[in-house]
Amino acid sequence: MTTLVEASGISAIRQSLAARRRRVTTLLVVALLAAIAASLYLGDYPVAPDAIVRSLLSPLTGEVNRGVDFIVLNVRLPRTTLAILTGVAFGLSGAIFQTLLRNPLASPDIIGISHGASAAAVICMLVFGITGVGVSLGALAGAMLTAFAIYALAWRGGVTPYRVVLVGIAIAAIMGAIISYLFTRARLQEAQEALAWLVGSLNAANLNDILPLAGALVLLIPATVYLVRSLDVLQLGDDAATALGNRVEPTKLALIVVAVAHAAFATAAAGPVGFVAFVAGPIARALLAGAGGGFLQSALVGAIVMLGSDMVAQHALPATQLPVGVVTGIFGAGFLLWFLAAANRQGRGG
Amino acid sequence: MEASVRPTVMRYQATLALGLLGLAVIVAMVAFLSMTVGARAIPLDMVWTALTAFDPDSTDHRIIWDLRLPRTLIGLLVGAALGLSGAVLQGATRNPLADTSILGIHAGAAVFVVMGITLFGITQLSIYVWLAFAGAGVAMFVVYGIASIGREGATPVKLALVGAAMTAALTSVVSAVLLMSPTTFDQLRFWQVGSLAGRDMAVLMQVLPFLLAGIVLALATARMLDGLSLGEDVARSLGQNVKISRAIAGLAAVILAGSATAAAGPIAFVGLTVPHVARAVTGPNYRWILPYSMLLAPILLLGADIIGRVVAPPGEVQVGIVTAAIGAPFFIALVRRRKLATL
Repeated sequence: MTTLVEASGISAIRQSLAARRRRVTTLLVVALLAAIAASLYLGDYPVAPDAIVRSLLSPLTGEVNRGVDFIVLNVRLPRTTLAILTGVAFGLSGAIFQTLLRNPLASPDIIGISHGASAAAVICMLVFGITGVGVSLGALAGAMLTAFAIYALAWRGGVTPYRVVLVGIAIAAIMGAIISYLFTRARLQEAQEALAWLVGSLNAANLNDILPLAGALVLLIPATVYLVRSLDVLQLGDDAATALGNRVEPTKLALIVVAVAHAAFATAAAGPVGFVAFVAGPIARALLAGAGGGFLQSALVGAIVMLGSDMVAQHALPATQLPVGVVTGIFGAGFLLWFLAAANRQGRGG
Repeated sequence: MEASVRPTVMRYQATLALGLLGLAVIVAMVAFLSMTVGARAIPLDMVWTALTAFDPDSTDHRIIWDLRLPRTLIGLLVGAALGLSGAVLQGATRNPLADTSILGIHAGAAVFVVMGITLFGITQLSIYVWLAFAGAGVAMFVVYGIASIGREGATPVKLALVGAAMTAALTSVVSAVLLMSPTTFDQLRFWQVGSLAGRDMAVLMQVLPFLLAGIVLALATARMLDGLSLGEDVARSLGQNVKISRAIAGLAAVILAGSATAAAGPIAFVGLTVPHVARAVTGPNYRWILPYSMLLAPILLLGADIIGRVVAPPGEVQVGIVTAAIGAPFFIALVRRRKLATL
């Protein structure tokens, strides 16, 4: 009898958790849709909502309105799309790293991967004088190489989260030093351009940025969905996971490759936009409040943070477009500070 | 039983004390080396005469007194401050990754320096010192304040998270200002790299009282840190007030890191690495970890500065770059070799 009651109690809890998960996901999707609508609507050139919808549908309907089509399809839509894609990629990357390394600090922008991409890009710009697509390729290669170096250096008959984080922070320090040094050696004008790239921006979003990232995500998102199912088991610890029949190291390696690829392609497209990868996971987990899941929600949070920040970056100051990275840092970090304070007050923090 | 344990403990302590003495000798040697090496090599006996019998007409003597001596003294003190602040922070937060850069201190200093340059057109290093110090203090105060909201106080994870959030927020502010003001960027890029060059006695005198007070306070926290390292509950049951201990240790760390950053700019790697090396030698006992960190760090910092002076003639590589280049691989080797204690 008691067992029956307990069992029904557990299933009731499960149901309420699943309901919470659905509520949070729905909320985030609605918020994202609202952000997309706002992002397409807001701008210096006023376009009526129905004109935006007609313009979006124009490839199907064949209706042409040059001025509006240019604004909507060539300026606002690419920018919005790039914001969503980079936000999703950064959000997933951060959430995977944080879960895999069991440390809320261990996002790619803390453990050196973004630093590797940045240093490679700065070397391309300041040492070899490369601009444009070459810088993105450099950043991509830099992120991959750095991640490989971190993994190889942390490897000792296996990889522990602790070693990866520590080695990553050391690598981040080296990369930061390289960037600082090149800044002191370069001409001011060039250093300024490199700094602008480092902050991360969507100001010149176009198809050349979007297509590689979109292509990468088509492969990466299914891989992520497939791999994160084994993450719950890995969370129990390596020994338990092995005992449960999981091939621990290959799974971990695959997860790291996927997480790095997310961060690398997003960085190549928009620069190392700070803090999106770092905040997406904690915000999603806090909204879920222990209801499980978290990756889909982290991706949604990442996209919302990116899109919202970019709108602020475009419209906060008259006549100036801030790079989105400035806003993600101030906004994202400010939000996290407020959020930590609130969580601490309720005794749920840390 | 007693008889067999006690000689072992005493031998252990004697060995550590001897090691400390050895380190002090190495510090002195590095300091003298730092006086001889540079764009103009000055032999050791000349350094000695310059120090003991100063002759104002000798160029070498002037170089020693005006350039090398302040640089060396600042290197020694900043090194000691960085090593101690790292050790104290790691002990107080029980977080092996705790570092002044992670807790937002560097970013706070940078924001104030940037604001000083942009808003008030300040260009003298001697005023940067105060700005950096104020910024470090404010940042640390806010980080600690937010992290200690709630029943369990400033736990390691909360401190680290709040610190990282603060750093990101402030770095964004700095980037925004730098993007809009190239002249500020032009000045900040040389401060931000972390360097001992161009500091004179006036800078040293400005930060000296803070550095000394910080060193004394930090060394006095050893017992509290040992208590905290047993875990909060044990520390509490031993009659220790955990919150006050953490606050005192935090104060010591911010004074040290603030004045070090003020004097030399943000140097990130020394405070993180050195305590781990010290701990590897001494074992988990802060009464030894703190003095070892205090002597090991200046060796690393001055050694790095000396290397930076000779490695790329005719120019210099700033000390912040060299500490990262030396410290990081060393740190990685350490991480690989030992199972680092979770603090």
